[in-house]
Amino acid sequence: MAINFDTALGIEPKALAFREKRGEILAANLANADTPNFKARDMDFKSVLKQSMASGESMERTHAGHIAPQQQLFGANLMYRNPNQVSLDGNTVETQVEQAKYAENAVQYQASLQFISGHFSELMTSLRGQ
Amino acid sequence: MALRIFDIAGSGMNAQNLRLNLVASNISNANSAASSAAEVYKSRQPVFAAELDKAMNTQNATSKVNVLGVIESQDAPVMEYAPHHPMANSDGYIFKSNVNTVEEMANMMSASRSYQNNIEVLNTAKQMMLQTLKMGQ
Repeated sequence: MAINFDTALGIEPKALAFREKRGEILAANLANADTPNFKARDMDFKSVLKQSMASGESMERTHAGHIAPQQQLFGANLMYRNPNQVSLDGNTVETQVEQAKYAENAVQYQASLQFISGHFSELMTSLRGQ
Repeated sequence: MALRIFDIAGSGMNAQNLRLNLVASNISNANSAASSAAEVYKSRQPVFAAELDKAMNTQNATSKVNVLGVIESQDAPVMEYAPHHPMANSDGYIFKSNVNTVEEMANMMSASRSYQNNIEVLNTAKQMMLQTLKMGQ
């Protein structure tokens, strides 16, 4: 039986890629904390998970005239954040909220990394057969 | 690619740095005088805008900070009656810049906090990348 990394590592590589992308989005929110009319964005892990658990089929564009689907990343829509308090310049970034989300995302990224490392050490153990 | 985080945070730091420079310029020129309203130093403010690179590209929904330019405040300069001032005009008035120092101080705090935020983002991203490089070891 050959070792297949796709099955051996499970969902973790995908989760890692998602965390990385989300980190980018949150970093962009923080960088634009003082930009007028900037709308904070985010992705929802649950909907991404649901998408990747389902068949994963999405509408394909077979003709140049077809309208592209909404901004999709990993099959989930990129959402706009609902601010707790609106600011007059139309900016919806709340720095504290974004910071908290960014920290949360970083920890989750590290968790995913740990899980992958665990899978690797499992593989190593079975390869050595000791 | 994960290295985009560095680009984004870098653009944010760049923008905040420009803002800090303008605050420094405004505060240091807060007391400069001139003999006409047109010549006097006017408060300068940066204009930020989100740079949505390839807005329709589904893979790149993140945006860097773009500095559109620097505008001069349109507020009227402060007229002061000082007939013995060397810059005084024929009516004995001098014009002082319209810089609001209190506002500028608040602006400075905000800019430096935002700069720090971007640095933190960058540091965290760097740590995450370094850990990823060690994956499976």
